[in-house]
Amino acid sequence: MLREIRPAIVLLLVLTAITGLAYPLAMTGIAGALFPAQAQGSLIERDGKVIGSALIGQEFKDDRYFHGRPSATLAPDPNDSTKTVSAPYNAANSGGSNLGPTSKALADRLKEDVNKLRGESPNAAVPVDLVTTSASGLDPDISPEAAQFQIARVAKARNMPEDAVKQLVASNVQGRLLGLLGEPRVNVLALNLALDRASAK
Amino acid sequence: MTVIGWLQIILFCIIIVALTKPLGWYMTRVFGGERTFLSPVLRPIEAGIYWISGVDEKREQHWLTYTVAMLLFHVGGFLVIYGVMRLQAVLPFNPAGQGAVAEDLSFNTAVSFITNTNWQNYGGESTLSYLVQMLGLTHQNFLSAATGIALAMALIRGFSRASMRTVGNFWVDVTRCTLYVLLPICVVYTLFLVWQGMPQTLGPYVEATTLEGARQTIAVGPVASQVAIKMLGTNGGGFFNANAAHPFENPTALSNFVQMLSIFTLGAALTNVFGRMVGNQRQGWAILSVMGVLFVAGVAVTYWAEANGTATLHALGLAGGNMEGKEVRFGIVASSLFAVVTTAASCGAVNAMHDSFTALGGMIPLINMELGEIIVGGVGAGMYGMLLFVILAIFVAGLMVGRTPEYVGKKIEAREVKMAMLAILVLPLMILGWTAVGVVYPAAVASMANAGPHGFTEVLYAFTSATGNNGSAFAGLTGNTIFYNLTLAASMFVGRFFMIVPAMAIAGSLAEKKSIPPSTGTFPTTGGLFVGLVVGVILIMGGLTFFPALALGPIVEHLAMNAGNLF
Repeated sequence: MLREIRPAIVLLLVLTAITGLAYPLAMTGIAGALFPAQAQGSLIERDGKVIGSALIGQEFKDDRYFHGRPSATLAPDPNDSTKTVSAPYNAANSGGSNLGPTSKALADRLKEDVNKLRGESPNAAVPVDLVTTSASGLDPDISPEAAQFQIARVAKARNMPEDAVKQLVASNVQGRLLGLLGEPRVNVLALNLALDRASAK
Repeated sequence: MTVIGWLQIILFCIIIVALTKPLGWYMTRVFGGERTFLSPVLRPIEAGIYWISGVDEKREQHWLTYTVAMLLFHVGGFLVIYGVMRLQAVLPFNPAGQGAVAEDLSFNTAVSFITNTNWQNYGGESTLSYLVQMLGLTHQNFLSAATGIALAMALIRGFSRASMRTVGNFWVDVTRCTLYVLLPICVVYTLFLVWQGMPQTLGPYVEATTLEGARQTIAVGPVASQVAIKMLGTNGGGFFNANAAHPFENPTALSNFVQMLSIFTLGAALTNVFGRMVGNQRQGWAILSVMGVLFVAGVAVTYWAEANGTATLHALGLAGGNMEGKEVRFGIVASSLFAVVTTAASCGAVNAMHDSFTALGGMIPLINMELGEIIVGGVGAGMYGMLLFVILAIFVAGLMVGRTPEYVGKKIEAREVKMAMLAILVLPLMILGWTAVGVVYPAAVASMANAGPHGFTEVLYAFTSATGNNGSAFAGLTGNTIFYNLTLAASMFVGRFFMIVPAMAIAGSLAEKKSIPPSTGTFPTTGGLFVGLVVGVILIMGGLTFFPALALGPIVEHLAMNAGNLF
């Protein structure tokens, strides 16, 4: 048994160096050379400033923008570091609400949000993804239905014809891969950037 | 449920079955020490590693030596992780300036990673430096996966050899697995993931000013290289807190699909390795069929339950299924499939929050783990776990006809059955025992996030996941407390090693036995009857043991939900 001690130490160190340092560092170099944009986090710049990542959702509250899904991410309470406070779309601390199917807190939250949206467009059915929090709290997408639901509000706030906004939404819908994998969706940040560009014209 | 949804599930199953045979062929060659197409590059490295670590690759080990070598290797691995976590504040690659991780959290995480559990009491982007992610976690993702596969190989050798005292060389198995199987796949896989949008950088977190003018700090890091092995090695410990639900850890529907495939592929291929080594590939296909039956049944229930939604959603007129805790790009079907895959295998990565699943949809992941994660299972661990159940099933079949049972040419006798039972009984002892403590001990009760039966399920899920070395969670439960850090670590340790040691004892005992040719009285182990028998034994064992606990948690919650009760 004693002769197993040397391999236990040396082999561990060698394999640790290979898999824990050489491999991730080499992959960082190669990936950075082949796919520099993605490797850095698919960042989007406007006027030379980073305004976010194409893959990470951000909070929109203004009527002039399409809104993303509710986010349950938290941040440390600035007044008491042992507690946390709500901080939607905190991209440095991802997470979901973790409320279960029989949670009263969840039922109350859903009810409030649904009523708010019904007030906004009384005739349309509220899309489920617009009132449920995502798993990461950073979901960059909404369903095409959730985008359509907001067209009237956005068009009104921007004084744009509804048809123009509708067309922008339609051109921002991403379908399933090969018609099969995933779900149809609209990237909220990309749509809002397109809106800003269209308004600027 | 939709047709497109089922097509995605069917496509997934087809690709797994298609990959099983070629990968099984390749892995059999690797562990047999034969030349492969990568040998010209890797053989010199392999020989160099043996030379400096003093390993004689020709010398095989007795099962006890093999087990001791494995345990020593884990002691070292534990010290490396614990050390870098405690010292991360003074070590390099820490652009976010993370401070030292607390003792109990470091202890829990170190145990978690050496046992291939990868339970996340840590927050990833909010707790760990890049160095810990690479040197601590990525490295152990490789080695605990390689260890699992090595142990499965030792047990398979027990079946395939006759009248021998040795079961292989642990150091050689681990080295070959890492170099020839895990690393080459991960190199290609990492590049694919980065192409799909996953970050791979050592740069600091990005400060962005959003369109509405708010500040957003975006956590990045060497994500792709870790995610590749996290999935392939069925580890599941996330780079980020939200794990594979985080858009950086799973950017697209394609990355999601490939991640699910990579969770299953090595485990499924091991059934083919088994078939090849015992001289009849149909033996491997029979085992894969057992896994397939249980898997498809689980997917059907979870998909149905999630697509159906909850009473709360129905009452508000919200259609489209239970989207709380799910991402739009995956939707209901890819989230449900992922949940079943990750718990059938002992991966534990999540692309949706299991805590927010419907009662029945969340019960399937729980059952998958309670059955011992033998539906494909963790790499290696699933294979040896399944072989334990096969031994029991064969024993039951032998009792029915009053004949000494045999399996692939080996007599299954008292010693094997005792050891198999010992390994299997560890699960309920840890899961039910600690859950009982967790729901009465005041400091533990405070950790529950949901009230009512759902709170009970959170505790049950935590100990099930830890004992099964899965690592997924009903994440509302606050696990980062002294009580949970220590008890979960104990569950992970016992769940891993108290299963391994009896399995290795079986390997040693089988290897010493003579091989007997099949006769007319031998129970055929490649047909539907065998598959049905093993499925039955697994369900009866799991059902009898865990049904009462499930009745107190998800089942009563489902009934309460339909009766309109909220907690």
